[in-house]
Amino acid sequence: MEATMNLKDKDFVPFKEEQPNSSRVVVYYDPKSNGTGKRPARKEKVKVEKLAFYYGTKQALQNINLDIIANEVTALIGPSGCGKTTYLRIINRMNDLIPGSRIEGKVLIDGEDIYGPEVDVVELRRRVGLVFQQPNPFPKSIYENVAYGPRIHGIRKKSLLDEIVEESLKQAALWDEVKDRFKDSALSLSGGQQQRLCIARVLAVRPEILLMDEPTSALDPVATQRIEDLIRTLASNYTIIIVTHNMQQAARISDTTAFFLLGEMVEQGKTSQIFTRPRDRRTEEYITGRFG
Amino acid sequence: MNIKENSIKMIFLASGLLSIFILLGIFYLLFSNSFPALRDVGIKSFFSRGYWNPTAYSVPQYSILNIIKGTFMVGTGSLLFAVPLGVACAAYLAEVASPREREIFKPIIEILAGIPSVVLGFFGLVVVAPLLSSVFGLPNGINALNGSILVGIMALPTVVSLAEDAVSAVPQEYRHASLALGATRWQTLKNVTIPAAFSGVLAASLLGMGRAIGETMTVLMVTGNALAAPSSFMDSVRTLSANIAIEMGEVPMGSLHFHSLFVVGLVLFIITFIINLLADIIFDRYRKGVSM
Repeated sequence: MEATMNLKDKDFVPFKEEQPNSSRVVVYYDPKSNGTGKRPARKEKVKVEKLAFYYGTKQALQNINLDIIANEVTALIGPSGCGKTTYLRIINRMNDLIPGSRIEGKVLIDGEDIYGPEVDVVELRRRVGLVFQQPNPFPKSIYENVAYGPRIHGIRKKSLLDEIVEESLKQAALWDEVKDRFKDSALSLSGGQQQRLCIARVLAVRPEILLMDEPTSALDPVATQRIEDLIRTLASNYTIIIVTHNMQQAARISDTTAFFLLGEMVEQGKTSQIFTRPRDRRTEEYITGRFG
Repeated sequence: MNIKENSIKMIFLASGLLSIFILLGIFYLLFSNSFPALRDVGIKSFFSRGYWNPTAYSVPQYSILNIIKGTFMVGTGSLLFAVPLGVACAAYLAEVASPREREIFKPIIEILAGIPSVVLGFFGLVVVAPLLSSVFGLPNGINALNGSILVGIMALPTVVSLAEDAVSAVPQEYRHASLALGATRWQTLKNVTIPAAFSGVLAASLLGMGRAIGETMTVLMVTGNALAAPSSFMDSVRTLSANIAIEMGEVPMGSLHFHSLFVVGLVLFIITFIINLLADIIFDRYRKGVSM
């Protein structure tokens, strides 16, 4: 927990070097270490095995095997209705809220089955934050929006709340714009600011994984770029999974890309490989804009 | 074709105008009939200290202050009863109940609105009054509290159905944002949904109060109708509406007493008009999303 909150390094985190996708654990060169040391091995944060998901009788996902590496940005791309958002929401069990939905297969976070009978969904959702497509701040003040999460998890002390709010807003690169107007309604912020506020709101509960469901689709290019920069910065401390319609965005910000089509995961690999040498013909057709 | 269009338009316009004319007509009737009393007795006499005793042998008194006080006691008392219960009920219906439970409970609550007020009055006399007298050690349970409880029951369906609309109208995104942060359903309801529905709930409460203040028969049967200044909810009170109902049957047409009863009606009309107007304004603001 300590490590995740120590975000002093605002530097752009460099893209990691391309690695063969065959072995699960690889050690790689880290430019930050100046060649003196090795980073810890790439480790799976989320493991998904033979996942299938149904909305009533309609099958939305079938036989998905997709692992997410810790402290990386994983982009999920694919045409509308391909199941990428469904996959995303399975990881923090937001799909539980849909009546009549059903899941098969295994979803493990840090080796623990999140659909197991012992699992505390509330705690799971704290650990796995979700940023929605449309910015959806509460109709409360800026401060209250960020303090909401810590409050419901039992933090009462004002000084501690203040600290968390400040830290979260700084991490979300929103601090400078709102520090003098905490009491203003969150709805008075621009769309891009609202989305960063929503990110700060999620960061305030100290998650380990950040799920982002097309977080920039409702934003203008400038706001989009700010969010993308933010995602890169956050990647050093969080495991990030982002759904995006925008392939340039996936190419810009992700380490790994997975291509979904019609409820199946067609291909997963290093982003640079997916966008330059896709293995599957359907992936190639999609990224070259022949459909989608 | 054009003639048909126009005639349909005229019919709708006419029905719209008719309700406005009826409202204005009632207001005119009240005002013109209360005018002689306002002229001969003076507005001041109605609102100065004293009692309501227009048929006194020596000096008739026309003060309705005690009656207004009684009216507001029953009105607010019933709200203290109906609003918490109604909002809890609405929250249950909108958030907790399964569709099947909702299908069963909603019509039952609506039937409550259909119980004739006289029947509720019986209930008050036979059930509530003995209960109050034994619980509070009173000689009888015919008092403002009894009236509050019964009128609260009568206002309940209004409050429940309007508050449920307000709670259901809270955008799903707010709930999802809260749940995704690891809030429980209860925390979400208490901290996000109900505050977001607040103005709708407030408007519902005011409309419930408008209903409560105009209520006549039940109140007349269970509040005791004493003209003395009430000092607590255990005292017998008389309300504006009950005052008219009690005396109108025995008053000589055209007498000062007759006209002063119209003044009472006018005051009642103005009070409920203001309350409904307030509720309307709040509802309007709430619909436009200016709230909070």
